[in-house]
Amino acid sequence: MSTSRITLAKGLNMGLRKAMEDDPKVLLMGEDVGKLGGVFRITDGLQKDFGEDRVIDSPLAESGIVGTAVGMALRGYRPVVEIQFDGFVYPAYDQIVCQVAKMSYRSKGRSPMPMVIRIPFGGGIGAVEHHSESPEAQFAHTPGLKVVACSNPVDGYWMIQQAIASDDPVIFLEPKRQYHADKADLDDTARPDPLFTSRVVRAGTDLTVLAYGPTVKTALAAAEAAATEGRSLEVIDLRTLSPLDMGPVLDSVRRTGRAVITHEAHVNLGIGAEVAARVSEQCFYSLEAPVLRVGGFDTPYPASRIEEEYLPDLDRVLDAVDRSFEF
Amino acid sequence: MSPTPPHDPSFGPDLVEVFGPQQTDGGPELVQLLTPEGERVHHPEFDLDFSADHLRGLYRDMVLTRRIDTEATALQRHGELGIWAQLLGQEAAQIGAGRALRPQDHVFPTYREHGVAWCRGIDPLDLLGLFRGVDHGAWDPAEKHFGLYTIVIGAQALHATGYAMGMQRDGVVGTGDPDRDAAVVAHFGDGASSQGDVNEAFIFAASYNAPVVFFCQNNQWAISEPIERQSRIPLYQRALGFGFPGVRVDGNDVLATYAVTQAALQRARDGQGPTLVEAYTYRMGAHTTTDDPTRYRLSDDVEHWKLKDPIARVEVYLKRNGLVDEAFLADLKKEADELGHHLREGCKALPDPEPGAMFEHVYAEETEELRVQREGFAAYHAGFESEGAR
Repeated sequence: MSTSRITLAKGLNMGLRKAMEDDPKVLLMGEDVGKLGGVFRITDGLQKDFGEDRVIDSPLAESGIVGTAVGMALRGYRPVVEIQFDGFVYPAYDQIVCQVAKMSYRSKGRSPMPMVIRIPFGGGIGAVEHHSESPEAQFAHTPGLKVVACSNPVDGYWMIQQAIASDDPVIFLEPKRQYHADKADLDDTARPDPLFTSRVVRAGTDLTVLAYGPTVKTALAAAEAAATEGRSLEVIDLRTLSPLDMGPVLDSVRRTGRAVITHEAHVNLGIGAEVAARVSEQCFYSLEAPVLRVGGFDTPYPASRIEEEYLPDLDRVLDAVDRSFEF
Repeated sequence: MSPTPPHDPSFGPDLVEVFGPQQTDGGPELVQLLTPEGERVHHPEFDLDFSADHLRGLYRDMVLTRRIDTEATALQRHGELGIWAQLLGQEAAQIGAGRALRPQDHVFPTYREHGVAWCRGIDPLDLLGLFRGVDHGAWDPAEKHFGLYTIVIGAQALHATGYAMGMQRDGVVGTGDPDRDAAVVAHFGDGASSQGDVNEAFIFAASYNAPVVFFCQNNQWAISEPIERQSRIPLYQRALGFGFPGVRVDGNDVLATYAVTQAALQRARDGQGPTLVEAYTYRMGAHTTTDDPTRYRLSDDVEHWKLKDPIARVEVYLKRNGLVDEAFLADLKKEADELGHHLREGCKALPDPEPGAMFEHVYAEETEELRVQREGFAAYHAGFESEGAR
C-alpha cells in the first residue's frame, strides 16, 4: 500500500501520469502543457517523461485543439486536452457540441470519441474576466457528452483516470481554486467509486445539501456551522453532472424532506434547476419544502473585487437552509 | 466586392502586382495537362504518363459519378430525397483527387464528395441515406478510409489534421515503404476557406508538419456568394502565409488534378508536410436542390464554363487518339444505366429507421437516464398498439 498526502493539482498530475503509463494511446494536448507543465502545473513533468509526441504543446487555438483531438481519436488515440481557462472553451464550442458529442451517434457507434476535455472552472481566485466561469450546464445540456466535476485530491486522482478510460467523451471540470488548497491522503491501492456516481460526504438527518466541484467545501463548512445550531445537514457531492446519479440524492431527500443545491454557475437553467425538477418529480410527497438553489446570480461574472458577493458562500447556504425550514 | 483601395507603396508591394488579379481562367499558374479542347499539354513539374487503361478508367469514373449526381438530383425532384448537394462540373476534381489515393490514405470529405466516395468503394446508395433522412452516414469510416460527410463547413479540416498527427505517431510517415506510408486529404470549398477551423487546421498542420493535403475545390460560389467575397487573392497563394506550398490546378482537368494530388500526397507521405491544392473549377448546378442560382449569377458564366466540361475533354482526347471504341462506350452506357436503376430502386427501398433507433449510439456506454427515456418511449408506443388491438 502506498499512501501520500497530496493536493488536487498533484492528484490530477499523478492520475494523468498513471493513465499514460497504463495506455500508450493516451495523449495530452493543450496550451503550455509541455515544458511549463500548464499554467496551473497540472501536467508538470509529464512532457519530460513521456516526450513531445505524447504531451503536445499546441498552437493557441482552442477549436484547433479539440478539432485535431477529434482526428486523433478517430485514429485510435485517447486524447486528453486541456482548456487553459473555462472562459476560453467557447472557441471550441462548435467542435465539442457538433463533432465530439455527435460522432458516436452519427457513425452508428463506429467512431467512438474517447476524449477528455479538462477545464479548470469556477472563481474565487481574484482573476480578470473570462477566468472564473462555470460553463457546465451548457455541456450537460448536450446529448453525447458526459460531464463530471471533481472536488478533492483523491477524487482528482481516480476520476481523471476513469474519465480517460471511458469510451465516451467526458468534460472534466476541475475547481481551480482548490488546485493548491487542501491536502488529503491518497491510498492508490484503494478501490474507487465508479465515475458516474454521486456520494454522501457527510451524513445528516434534517436537510440535504447538494454540491459539486468548488461548492462541496462550502457545503461541508455550512453543515459544520449548522451542527453548532443543532441542525444536521447531509451533504452530497454530485460528482457527475451528466448523467446525474439521482439515487443517493433521492434516498437522502426522502429521509430529510428538504434539499438545497449550491453551485457557482448561474441559477437560471443551471444544474440545480434540473436536480430540483427531478427531486420534485420523484419525491414530491416526501418534500417538506421546495428545493432551493444557491448559486451565482444571473449576471456576467463580476469584477473580482466583489466576486465573493457573487459566489455562494457559507452564509448564503445557511440562509437557504433557514428559508427551507420556514416552510 | 468593395473596390480594391489605391495602392500605398509605404505599406509594401502592390498585392495585385504580386498575386495578380482574380482571373476567371485560373491565371498563368494554373496546372493543366489536358485543355478544354482535349489537347494534351505538358507541365514542367507535374507531368505524368497516363496509360490508355488509366485514362479509360478515369473517364469511366467521371461518367458514373455524373450519373450518380443526375439520378440523385432526379430522386430529389421526385420527393425521394429531402435535398441533394450536386457536384455537376466537379467530377474531374474529385476523381483526380480520389484516384490519387492509396488504400492506406484517409479522406475527410464535405457533403459533396460523391466522386471521392465512389473512388473509395462506397456504394453510392449509401450516400443517399443522409439526404433521404434515414441516417447520418451509412458507411464505416475506418473500413473505407473515408470519413462521414461533414455538414458544418470546414470542421473536418481539423479532424484531418489530427488524424494525420496520429499517423505520425503510428510511424507510417516517411518510412520509404510505399505500402506503409500514408497521408490524409481534407476536402473543403472556397467558402470554407473563410472558416476559422480551416485556418487553424493550416496552422496546426504547418506547426507539426502533418501529412495532410488540403484539397480545396474552388467552385467559385458559396451558395450565392462569389469567390471575391471570400478572398482578394487566389486561394492557393494563402498557403505561403501559413508556411507550406500551394498549387492551383485546373479542377476540370482530371489528369492535372490526379498528377498534382498524387505529388502532394507523396510529399505528405514522405514526411514533407502539408500542401494546399486549389482545384479551380465551377459549380455548374445549384448549391443544393433547394437553391436557385438564377437569382445571383449570369447564365453567360455558366455557358462559358460549359465549354470547359471535365468529361467532354477526356472523351474528345480518347476518341481522337483511338483509345476507346464503340463497344467500350456502349458498355459504359449500360453500366451507367444499371447504376441509375440501382440507385432509383435502392433509394425507394431504403427503410425508415424504427423510431426507437433515435436512442441508439448516443453513447458508447448508455446512461441510466437515457435507458429510462428509451424504455418509457417504448412503453408509450406499446400503449397505442394495445389500444389499437382492442
